[in-house]
Amino acid sequence: MKRKTFLQGLLGIAAASLTVTGAWAQDTIKIGEINHYKRMAAFAEPYKMGIELALDEVNEAGGVLGKPLEFIFRDDQGDPGEAVKIAEELMTRDGAVMLTGTILSNVGLAISSLAAEKKYVYLASEPLADAIVWAKGNPYTFRLRASTHMQASMLAEEAAKTDAKTFATIAPNYAYGKDAVAAFKAALLKLKPDAEFVAEQWPALFKIDAGAEVQALERAKPDAIYNVTFGTDLAKFVREGTDRGLFDGRVVMGLLSGEPEYLDPLRDEAPEGWIVTGYPWYDVQDEANKAFVDAYMTAYDDHPRIGSLVGYMTVQSIAAVLEKAGSTETEAIREAFADLQVSTPVGQITFRAADHQATMGAFVGTTTLRDGRGIMVDWTYKDGADYLPSPEEVKALRPAN
Amino acid sequence: MAFFLAQVLTGLANASALFMVAAGLSLIFGVTRIVNFAHGSFYMLGAYIGYSLMQVLPGSVGFWGSILIAGVLVGLIGVIVEICVLRPVYRAPELFQLVATFGVILVIQDLTLMVWGPEDVLGPRAPGLRGVVRILGEPVPKYDLALIAITPFVALGLWYLIARTRLGVLVRAATQDREMVGDLGVNQAWLFTGVFFLGTALAGLGGAIQLPKGGADLLMDFNILTAIFVVVVIGGMGSLPGAYLAAVLISVVNVFGVAYLPQSTLVLIFVVMVIVLMVRPYGLFGREEVAGEHGQIGEPERPIKPANLTTRLIVMAFLGLLALLPFFSSTFAQVLVTDILIFCLFAASLHFLLGMGGLVSFGHAAYFGGGAYAAALLITYAGSPMELAMLLAPLAAGLAAVIIGWVCLRLTGVYFAMLTLAFAQLLWSLVFQWGEVTGGDDGMVDIWPSAWASDTTTFFYLSLVICVGGILMLRHAAHSPFGYALRAARDSARQAEATGINTKRIQWVAFAFAGAMAGLAGGLFVFSKGSVFPYELEIAKSFDALIVVFLGGVKTLAGGVVGGAALEGAKDYITRFEYWRLALGITIILVVIVAPDGIVGSLRKAAERLGLIRDPEARS
Repeated sequence: MKRKTFLQGLLGIAAASLTVTGAWAQDTIKIGEINHYKRMAAFAEPYKMGIELALDEVNEAGGVLGKPLEFIFRDDQGDPGEAVKIAEELMTRDGAVMLTGTILSNVGLAISSLAAEKKYVYLASEPLADAIVWAKGNPYTFRLRASTHMQASMLAEEAAKTDAKTFATIAPNYAYGKDAVAAFKAALLKLKPDAEFVAEQWPALFKIDAGAEVQALERAKPDAIYNVTFGTDLAKFVREGTDRGLFDGRVVMGLLSGEPEYLDPLRDEAPEGWIVTGYPWYDVQDEANKAFVDAYMTAYDDHPRIGSLVGYMTVQSIAAVLEKAGSTETEAIREAFADLQVSTPVGQITFRAADHQATMGAFVGTTTLRDGRGIMVDWTYKDGADYLPSPEEVKALRPAN
Repeated sequence: MAFFLAQVLTGLANASALFMVAAGLSLIFGVTRIVNFAHGSFYMLGAYIGYSLMQVLPGSVGFWGSILIAGVLVGLIGVIVEICVLRPVYRAPELFQLVATFGVILVIQDLTLMVWGPEDVLGPRAPGLRGVVRILGEPVPKYDLALIAITPFVALGLWYLIARTRLGVLVRAATQDREMVGDLGVNQAWLFTGVFFLGTALAGLGGAIQLPKGGADLLMDFNILTAIFVVVVIGGMGSLPGAYLAAVLISVVNVFGVAYLPQSTLVLIFVVMVIVLMVRPYGLFGREEVAGEHGQIGEPERPIKPANLTTRLIVMAFLGLLALLPFFSSTFAQVLVTDILIFCLFAASLHFLLGMGGLVSFGHAAYFGGGAYAAALLITYAGSPMELAMLLAPLAAGLAAVIIGWVCLRLTGVYFAMLTLAFAQLLWSLVFQWGEVTGGDDGMVDIWPSAWASDTTTFFYLSLVICVGGILMLRHAAHSPFGYALRAARDSARQAEATGINTKRIQWVAFAFAGAMAGLAGGLFVFSKGSVFPYELEIAKSFDALIVVFLGGVKTLAGGVVGGAALEGAKDYITRFEYWRLALGITIILVVIVAPDGIVGSLRKAAERLGLIRDPEARS
């Protein structure tokens, strides 16, 4: 009965090896980056490539505060509990000065809660949930990417311009899908009070029964359809919907559906004529954005995704906040984030002091096929600042303040 | 009417791939008694291999040929897996093969990622079957009609094989009594291999044939797993007509669920499953499980005994060392050890149920997550202090276990395991769906300990006391009269009842006790992380616990704890590498083959051989 012997032996070895490997060279500024590199590789890899591109540029220009900037990349398997553990390790053992990363909202929320409890600065780069800066917002968490509310409001604005009266929605049956539908509804009803929602479909995430969903939507005979599904669900939905003529003569809107991550895998079956938010890297003319796209394509021999852009802007934001803080102390970084201005490929963005949300916007356009793959045309860049509530309204949304 | 018909046709088309995969699982289970958790992985392989073949082979012939070849290739991969991984462990303790199939899942996942890359693959269209046919004005995709037509032929072919050929006779005989078949001179090993080929080939076929309706991605394996288990259990394990009927039932119910109760997509099939099993405990066409084995496989289990003085002293010394951890290590080491301790308590609670009670629960995460959610709900909505929440967490989890145990214990063996899985999934769907209260998958956050315990070191000591206390309590229970009665019920229910033990009630109490202990671990967990998400209720979490219990050693008292510490500690290290799943999967498979007694059991045997400790049986 060596009951406990192995437990302790193992713990001892683990603890010893951990303390030994902790000794790094101390002359860089380290940022802890946590993401789902394995579980969501198709999204996380371009993001990481964007980060590395920006890091090279920052360090070539002399780094930050006279030191090179370094990212420590860690994989959390998409498990919030694991992410919290890794965050602790990055901050207490690896000497990271702040945390960033995550795509999944629930992992972002878990890290944000830890950040508030342990007083670590956390820049939520990609998660979209409104709760990160509003309902569950806290003094230590900031968010870069345009949130669900912002992107849904942009689509609602486009929807209000059409003469569609009845709407149907289809969204994955989980928090992001529900938020996205609720935000779209609220924004649309404000602009078009007589709009009517005739059907709401909630397929299980990545388990869509596309044929049945398409039939159910068809039965409601809506003028317009608002789609939030993505990944394999989107592919199946588009295929069944096109086959069964669901999209014929209807206005269709797709949240994020124009992002290369979503559009590329559909290849020549990408839907045409959908109004979407996304990233038309192939057609950007703006100088800063063009420079980013060119640098990316030179560096990697691959085209950027929206994740690449966000990764790139994450490094820019962190470099800017550290320069402004003039120090790597947590409180100094936190205070420097208030109304921080950053020049990025999509122009000047501001981290709003009121709710810690950056004003990064999104590209809204219409999908079409060109050379056998889906792209966005007739797009415009919408500034995120125009789709955020005023600082006074935000006070009510943020109980933590 | 037209709409109704179109709905039914959609359901029938959806049932096609589902039936093929489930039939394969059912066949394999019927003959080998192996619950092949890796079955979803073969389905995924079928999809990827089919996709690659379709890129090379042109036209209609190429398309349909690709599907067939994909089936055969996946079957051959299945044969390799059977020969290399499963054949060595048929003689291992019951359900030990489960762990081997977990290992196979991990290996196939990483190999698929290596070969096909991370991006989702969109399936090619079937040549000549693009577009729709109008039936009563409703559009029905041509490929749906093809699927509806093909499935009965596959089903008939299988039926012919099983009912009319010599192979079928052997398969049916083995399903009823495989030992007798072996005694009659049939080469069991090759019969098993043949069945495994057929079963995995069907999974591959299912994966390839669904390509035009979707594609291939790396989440397919787990995504189909629950659905096929539900189909096989509803149809009756080992029954092919049952699998067909259940696949159609589930698919059609799902299609109507989508139309009339769009929010129900997560829960519906589990509700159907629970209802069917309440009415027909062994599925629509299943028979009551005859004890496939005459007695237990493997060597007889040794009686447990209290630790001797040396062991106690060693354990005390190590506990003392652990208590001194904050004085010689980093803050992170304390965080890590806290994680490991909590996981050990969770694993120990399952081990109690499994090792002492012989009750294999596939859904133990329900109580771990249940306890965590109970604590989180109390903090968030009742504003209760941490101390109260931590006290009520095991009670809530125990209560859940009392209710679920009452239903599940009506069944035994694999049906019991499946029903626990179904309830865990129900609880998961409830938490996932009921966003207004539980936050859905955005979880519940900001659940931090009271001020006095919020310091990492203090919380570490708190966890140490509670987890070690809990583990000692489980151990004590094993040595109590209750523990003896439980083991009596496990080893021979009939004799135990003859001596006046109410076996069902004893097992029920054990189920509730193990659930409460898992809930205690869950309560600690939520305060250590500050948040809880439905992830803690997922199948994967239950599997984690199962793996460590088997790895540690089912038949040893310390198995759960040692396995938990070993796996959780190893994971912290190996997850830093790129292809860690492959490494972990191979390690698990090797442990299963080389050390079927688990870590503790094998080490004990090795120590006995070396003369370090005495073999208690050697004296007699």
